[in-house]
Order: sequence, then structure tokens, then C-alpha cells
Amino acid sequence: MGKPVKSIRGGVSIPHHKNTENYATEIMGVPRRVIIPMVQHIGAPCQPIVQKGDLVKVGQKIGSSSAAISSPVHSSVSGTVVDIRPILYAGGTEVISVEIESDGTQQVHESVQPPQLGDREALINAIRESGLVGLGGAGFPTAVKLSPPKDKKLDLLIINGAECESYITSDYREMIENPDSVIEGVRIIMELTGIPKALIGIESNKPEAIRLLSERIAGDKAIDIITLKTRYPQGGEKQLIYAVTGRKVPTGRLPSDVGVLVHNVATVSFIAGFVKTGMPLIKKKVTVDGPAIATPKNVEILIGTPIREVFDFCGGFSGKPGKIIMGGPMMGVAQFSLENTVIKQTNALLVFTEEIARIPAEIACIKCSRCVAACPMNLLPLYFNACTEKGMFKRLQDLHVLDCIECGCCSYVCPSARRLVQSIRYGKAELRKLAQEVK
Amino acid sequence: MRVEQNTNILIAGSSPHLKSDSTARKIMLDVIIAMLPVTAAAIYFFGIKAVLVIAVTTAACVLAEFIMNKIMKKPVTIGDLSAVVTGMLLAFNLPPNIPLWMAAVGGAFAIIVVKQLFGGLGMNFINPALSARAFLMASWPVAMTTWTEPLVDTISSATPLAILKGSETAGVALPSLLSLFTGSVAGSLGETSALAILIGAAYMLVRRVITFEIPTAYIGTVALTSWVLGGSTLFTGNVLYHLLAGGLMLGAFFMATDYPTSPITARGKIVFGIGCGLLTTIIRLYGGYPEGVCYSILIMNLTVPLIDKFLIPKSFGGE
Repeated sequence: MGKPVKSIRGGVSIPHHKNTENYATEIMGVPRRVIIPMVQHIGAPCQPIVQKGDLVKVGQKIGSSSAAISSPVHSSVSGTVVDIRPILYAGGTEVISVEIESDGTQQVHESVQPPQLGDREALINAIRESGLVGLGGAGFPTAVKLSPPKDKKLDLLIINGAECESYITSDYREMIENPDSVIEGVRIIMELTGIPKALIGIESNKPEAIRLLSERIAGDKAIDIITLKTRYPQGGEKQLIYAVTGRKVPTGRLPSDVGVLVHNVATVSFIAGFVKTGMPLIKKKVTVDGPAIATPKNVEILIGTPIREVFDFCGGFSGKPGKIIMGGPMMGVAQFSLENTVIKQTNALLVFTEEIARIPAEIACIKCSRCVAACPMNLLPLYFNACTEKGMFKRLQDLHVLDCIECGCCSYVCPSARRLVQSIRYGKAELRKLAQEVK
Repeated sequence: MRVEQNTNILIAGSSPHLKSDSTARKIMLDVIIAMLPVTAAAIYFFGIKAVLVIAVTTAACVLAEFIMNKIMKKPVTIGDLSAVVTGMLLAFNLPPNIPLWMAAVGGAFAIIVVKQLFGGLGMNFINPALSARAFLMASWPVAMTTWTEPLVDTISSATPLAILKGSETAGVALPSLLSLFTGSVAGSLGETSALAILIGAAYMLVRRVITFEIPTAYIGTVALTSWVLGGSTLFTGNVLYHLLAGGLMLGAFFMATDYPTSPITARGKIVFGIGCGLLTTIIRLYGGYPEGVCYSILIMNLTVPLIDKFLIPKSFGGE
């Protein structure tokens, strides 16, 4: 077992709320219908390749794209396509989605076959076809990361098991419930990429996961576990790489520019399972928790399941819900409708009571510089806020706003409750507009 | 409970959805708590006069803020307690014998001119309490430099720094270092007891209301420069005396660390602290006044936008 070589800059201690860490994953039944959006990843959207009225089976590809950076989408149920329509999602964009009525039989599609092993290109292609994206939340197509440009020499694989957000325990449960699968996935990626060394970073508040994985790698010198300090945002990609290796990913560059490949534990565990069964990504392990959830659980959910049914599965609400968050409380997205569905990147569904959902009213910035001290990217959030309010968007760029990872530390610590991240997002969007106008 | 019934209205909004319980009011409350040992020392050494001056400046500041809020048709902000902090700090910077009406004028000046006219909380460009002190000093110099002996309430000839400077005080004995440390010397209400100030400072550091950069850079610079330049020959200055006498401790921990008037980055805070220290020593040793803390902090306050502008940090991984 190893120690991190560096401490991340800034960051905050957030309440852990890992209430569900000892709750074994329960498998939720097949919903009556699923709604599967054609964009569940970073990259080009998929086009539906089924039509209204088509019969589909579990694992059947229903959306694809020919773009280099994209990820296909599969049916999570067997049944009938009843509708294909654009649906407004919480990000504010409309996405074409395929609605499938389940017949309850969960017949598996013929195309679901274990991939051919031994042939590197074929396996990477099979992983691309499995629809796998980074399951840590960002949703970048995994196959793209597995085939970096030839000129980039990778010497280290880092597996992200930090899970530094509040409440979420789905990655932790994966490490506890399927430690063999996690380690096997690591070995598969090492073989595929030819990377000789792997380090699994886990925060110190997960000793059981560290113990179980350590047992599995006993005697294997190529894989080691790094016990990370429990501090948010330890699991941010650039932060994790720095803590584990001391290497800084330069502005606007990728981990591969410093010789590192990073994958989430759930992603590598999926690969191990996929190699055995050939079943595409059609389900997710999700932590359902929050003060307004009657029975917090870890649940295995079919992709496309409306979140309303997930909450029903967890005993419904224990109080009046004020806010529903997909993801963790620091970076998750507030949902406005119970019809929204579980997607590939969903790792948590949190329901807050109105009382804690309401952030206090903003008052004037007192320039206490707590946001500056907390920023893991060494930025000046109070200036972003001031520049955005004054419409000085060009100045934002000089202040390196594009380096902001939107981790939320600044807003979290702000005694004046200023909406720092919100103004940063707005400022970035205005900057993008300006850049387009120039073109 | 079935899910259907309960979701008429959901709150949306940008992440993060979690906020620490830190508020401006809680920070101000912590500063007030940190000022209690200093208040106690002021009352112990200067008696009822200390109580009256502190009460008058605090009341004047709070009242001025309330009236200005009303006149400008803004929400009433006295609840954030920042006016209380300004009032108490101003009292700490006044001599025990100051006429109470003058103290009240000082409080009103701090809040009305320096704070509210520039936009209220967080917008003042110089320290309100110190600028009020400077204003009173310019308006009523005699009242502002008439000192009383601690514990006995007799008019004193001079503060320790004035004696050290030796201008019009030839022959007066310097108080002991121990008196300086405990605060049993002539001086402004809140500046004499280094002990009480350090207790308050420790509280603020532990509660992370302030960080160590400014006080360390400030006090360190004064220590170094007064050691090198403060004696009759080089490297013979009486360092401890320069640190404990006058308003350095109060200034370094309570005044120079004022949020809106100090830099936002760690590097900037160090530059700011060094600047305060250099100016303090220069004024003390070569200036017309025996004490330089107030003016050095005010002058450095003016450089803060410049410091912040030139010390924009590289982002993590940036060029």
C-alpha cells in the first residue's frame, strides 16, 4: 500500500454522509417503460436506429453515431418502441430519446456475445460498441481513452476510487461487492494499453475497500493501492494525478500528456464483466439517499428507468422534497421532473428537504478570500463573480476561468453565500458565445 | 408515502447544492469574541472610561449604519455585526481620556464616509476604524495624544514609543517589558496589552477567521528592521520593545487583516504585511510621529488593488 506523493491544493472538508456504505446493492425490477436519451456521454449525439413499433431486446443497439468521439446506446429491456421524441433534460438541452414499453420477459438480443479476446483492436472496438463511458460522472467514451495517439507514451494507469463526494457510495459498494472484477478490469486495461504500472487511489475513509483490494493484489508488483487523504475534490482527475504522481496536467491538456491514463473503478469493473458476458452498458449502480428519502439504498437500476420509480422502490419520500439531485451534492445536477431517467453517468439520486435545499440569500462579497484558499485550481473565484456581474467576460479569460473544474468548493465556503459556480458557468458560456462570434 | 403526491415544486439551480454553515455574521461574531480579552484588559487598566468609549463608538457606528441604510433605502445591515466590529476597533485606537462626543464623531465618520458612501459591507477601500482615528488625529490632535497612566488615571507624559523616540520626553524612564506585555502602560485603549491581543489573535487563527500571513510578515518585518536600524548603531535595535510597544500587535492581528482592505492571495498578503512593517519602522524611526502603525496600514490599504492586480496566481497546471 502506498501513500500519495503530494497534497491537493485547497479543497474543503465536506460532511461525508456515507449513510449507505453498508447497504448491499439491491436489484430493482424491470420498469414498465424506459426512456433512453441518445446523448449520455461527452461527444457526438447518437441517432436512433430503431423506429416506432419496433420490437427490441435487452442489449440491442438502438442508437449510434459514426463520429470518432461518441458512444452507442442500447436497450435495457425487451419490448416495443412506443415513441421517439425530443425530451428536455436538466442541462437545459433537448435530446432525442427512445421510449420503450417493456414486455417483462427481458429476452437478451442475439448480438450479445462475449467479445473475442487476444486481438487488441477487436477488444477495444468491442468496448466501444458496449457503450461504455467513464462512469465516474464525466461520461467520456472509454474506448477513445484506450486508444491514445501513438506519440503519447503512457507509463501509469490510475484507477479512481476516491469517491470524494458526499452521500455517494456506489463506487465503494462496487469495490466491496466485486473486488475481483475491479482488479481483473485493471489487468485487462494494462494489457490492452501496454501500461506497466497501475495505482488505485482510494480515500482513507474507505478502509474496507482498501483491505479487500489489497488482498486481491498481494504479490502483484504491477498494481498498488494509494490511500488518499479524505478531502474534496480528491477525485478530480487533475487533483488525483497530482496526489498520486506529483505530475501537473497543463492547462488545456489531457492526462495522456503527462503519461497517465485515468479510469474510474466502476468503469474497469464493467470491462471485466463485459469480457465475460458481452452485455453492453444497460444498468447502473446508484446510491439513492438524502434526508427526504424514506429508505436509502444502493440500487442496481436499468438505464432509462424514470427516477420516480426509483424513489418508489426506496419507499418514497419521507418528507416534502425540495430538491432532487442526480449525482453528488457538490457537482450533481438538480432535476426538475420525476420523469427524467437514470442514464449512464448517474451514480447517485439524492432528495433534499426544502430546508437544506434552500441556499441562504446572497449578501455582498466581504473579500474574505476563503474561495481563493479553497480553490483546488488556484483561481480567484470572487473576481469571476464580480467580472460576470459587470459583464467583463473577456477579463474572465485573463483570470484563467477556463481552468475552473466547477467542483463547488468556492461556493461551499462562501460566507456571503454568493453563487460563484453559477456565475462562472454563465461567464464561460458567454465566453464561448464571444468566441463563436469571432469565428 | 407514494411519490406522486409531493412534488409540485422542485428547487433547481446550479451546483453545489451544499453550503458550509459559515456566514459573514458568524465571522464578525468570532472577531467580537476575539476582542473580548482586549476589552477586558482595557477596562482593567483604564476603568469606566474604557467602558464609556467602547460603548459610545460602538453605538455611534451601529446607529450611523442604521441611519445610512434608511436614507439610502437599502436593507438594514446592522445584523451582520460588522458595524459593531468597527466601533470596538475604533475605541481600541483611541486614548482613554478622549471626549465622548469626539469618539462618537469618529464612529460616524468611519461608517458614513468610509464604509457606506463607498458601498457598504466589503466595499470600503481603507480600514474604517483606522481612517476614523486618522481623521480624529487631524481634527483634534491634542485630545488624541493626551494619555493617561494605567490603573491610576493621571495624565501621563508619554507613551512608551514617545519615550523611546525621546523627543520631548528626556529623562522619563521606559516601562519594563513585562508592563508592555501585560499592558500596564499608557496608550490607546486596546493596544497596550500584548497578552490580551495575542489571546484574541490565537482564537481568530484557530477559528480561521484570519490567516497567519499578514501578521507574520508584518511583525517579522518590524522585528527585522527595528533590530537593524533601531539602535544607535546598526544591529542593536531593541526588537522586543518595538514589537510590544505601541499599536503593532493590535494592528497586525486586528487591523491589517481586515478583509476588504487586504490582498486576497497568500503571496499578496505577505507583500502587504512586509509593506506595513517597513512603513511602520520608517515612521517610528524617522517620521514625525512616535507611532506608525495606523498610517502604514492605511497607506498599504491603498496599494491592495495594485498588489492583487500584479499577483494573479498561475492556475494549477497553468503557464
